[in-house]
Amino acid sequence: MSFALRTRHSVLPGFGLALGFTVLYLSLIVLIPLSAAFIKTASMSWEAFWSTVTAPRVLASFQLSFGAALIAALINAFFGLIVAWVLVRYRFSGKKLIDAMVDLPFALPTAVAGIALTTVYAEHGVIGEQLAKIGVKVAFTPLGVTMALTFIGIPFVVRTVQPVLEEIDPDVEEAAAVLGATRLQTFRRVIFPAILPATLTGFALAFARALGEYGSVVFISGNMPMRTEITPLLIVTKLEQYDYAGATAIAAVMLSASFGMLLLVNLLERWTRRAEA
Amino acid sequence: MSGLVTTRAPSAHRRETQVGESLLVRVLLIGVALLFLAIFLVAPIATVFGSAFSKGVGPYWAALVADETLDAIKLTLLTAGISVPLNVVFGVAAAWLISKYDFWGKSVLITVVDLPFSVSPVISGLIFVLLFGAHGWFGPWLSEHDIKIIFAVPGIVMATTFVTFPLVARELIAVMQAQGNDEEEAALTLGASGFAILWRITLPKVRWGLIYGVILCNARAMGEFGAVSVVSGHVRGLTNTLPLQVEILYNEYNFVGAFAVASLLSALALVTLCVKKVAEWSVSNRQAKREASQRALSVPVRPATSLEGVSP
Repeated sequence: MSFALRTRHSVLPGFGLALGFTVLYLSLIVLIPLSAAFIKTASMSWEAFWSTVTAPRVLASFQLSFGAALIAALINAFFGLIVAWVLVRYRFSGKKLIDAMVDLPFALPTAVAGIALTTVYAEHGVIGEQLAKIGVKVAFTPLGVTMALTFIGIPFVVRTVQPVLEEIDPDVEEAAAVLGATRLQTFRRVIFPAILPATLTGFALAFARALGEYGSVVFISGNMPMRTEITPLLIVTKLEQYDYAGATAIAAVMLSASFGMLLLVNLLERWTRRAEA
Repeated sequence: MSGLVTTRAPSAHRRETQVGESLLVRVLLIGVALLFLAIFLVAPIATVFGSAFSKGVGPYWAALVADETLDAIKLTLLTAGISVPLNVVFGVAAAWLISKYDFWGKSVLITVVDLPFSVSPVISGLIFVLLFGAHGWFGPWLSEHDIKIIFAVPGIVMATTFVTFPLVARELIAVMQAQGNDEEEAALTLGASGFAILWRITLPKVRWGLIYGVILCNARAMGEFGAVSVVSGHVRGLTNTLPLQVEILYNEYNFVGAFAVASLLSALALVTLCVKKVAEWSVSNRQAKREASQRALSVPVRPATSLEGVSP
C-alpha cells in the first residue's frame, strides 16, 4: 500500500517503515489529542459556544492577547531587522557572543523568563526603577505583557532575515551606487524588497508565538480580569473551575487563529523562496 | 521551515561590499541593536543569577538541596528521560522519510510535524485533560482501572512529548536535506543494509544537527511550563517539575529559592546556546570543505560581472 503513495522511486530502503512509524507516532501524540479539542467544541450548541466566547471577560482577554502580540511582533520586526543588519554587515567586538544570545528566548524556560522580567521591570527593579521616575509603570500593566511577548519573539525576525541578508549579492548594491543611488535609496529600492518576505515571515512567527504564550506573561501581567488577563490564562482559570466546555471553546478560537497564522507563514515562506529564486 | 543550524551556514562566503553606510550610521545602528538586546536579553538573564546569589552562596545552595527541589529535579529528569528519546526516534524516522523520498502529501506532513509549535502551551495541556481527565473521553475507563494520567506523571510526560515533538525532527530534516544522498547511495551499491546505512553513514554525517536537536529538545522538555502546569495538578513532591517549583517558590516570595532553581534551568539554556554555536561552526566547516574539494576538481570560473575593479 505504501508503494502507491510514491511518485518517484528512490533507491534507498526503509520507506514503508519510516512512513508507518512517522504517521503512527504523529497520530498518537499530535493528531488524536488535537482533534479532541475540536470534537469537544463540536459537541457544544452554537448558542453556548457563542455566549462563552463573546462574554465580556473573554473579549477583553482576546483584545489584550491579540493587541499585545501584534505590538510585540511589530517591535520585533523593527528591531529584529536592525539586529540582523548589524550582525550580517558590521564587524565589532563581541559580535559572535551577541549572535549566540539572540536564541536565548528559544532555550530559556518561559517561567524563568517570566520571573526575571518581572524582577527587572518591577518598581524597584533595575529598569523598572528608572521607568518609574518618568512615570511609566511596566509590571502588572498591559505594557508589561507586551514586554514579555517582545522577549519571547526576539529570535524569529532576526533568524529569518539574517540568511536572506547574507545571500544578497554585494554587486547589486555596488551597481546601485555606481548608478547614482544614495545609500538610503539603495536600501529602500534594492535591499528592502529582497528582505521583505523574510521580515513578514519572522513577524508572523513572532505574532503566532506571542498569541499563545503563557509562562513568561503570567508573572509580569498581574492577571487582573478585564485588564491584564491574557487568553491562555483565562483557559487555565476555566479549567481550574472544571468548566471544560468553556475552556475548550476559547481554546478552539485560539487554535483557529494559530492555524490561520500557520497557513499564512507557509504562504509567506513560499513567497520567500520565490523571491530568492 | 529550515532548521536553525543550516540556515546560518553560508556566512563564510560573504564578501565585504565596497559601498557602505557612514561611520555615524554604523555606530548608531550597532548602538540601537546592542541597547535593544541589553534591555531584553542581558538584563533578564543577569537578574536570574544576580538574584540567585543575592544572599550569598549559602542560601543558594540550601535552596537547591531542599527536599522539594530535589524531588522536582528527579521528576524533571524522568520526564526528559522519557520524552526526549521518544522524540529522537521519531525525529530520525521523520527526517529519513522527508529527506530521502518524494511522495504525495510530503509538504502537508512537514506542516503537520510543526503543528505543536503553533499550539499554545496551555492548549497542549488542555487536550490531554480532555482525553484523560476525570470528565474526559477515557476518564471513566481509567478511573475504573485505577490508572491516573492527569495530575500524575504520565500526563506530564505526554504533554512534554507533545510540546517538544518537532524539535529533533526539524533540525534533522534541514541538515539531511542539505547534505544530499550521495554517500548513502554509494553505500547501497556496496551492499549495505538500510539500518547499516542509517547507523554508519547518515547519523555520523548529521551528528551535529542531531546533537543540537537533542540538546534543544532536552532543554525545552526540562523547561516546559504552561502545558505541564495544566496537567500536573501541582502535587508537591509528586508532580512538581523544576519550572513549577520556580513558580511555587516565587509565589511564596522566596525569591532567592525561586531564582536559585531558575539558575539551573538558565545554565542549561546557556549550554544549549553554546552547543548550537559549535554545531553551526561544524556544519559550515563541513560545507566549506565540501565546496573546496568540489572547486579543486573543477576548472575555476570567475564571474565576469564583478564590479570590484570599478567601485568608487
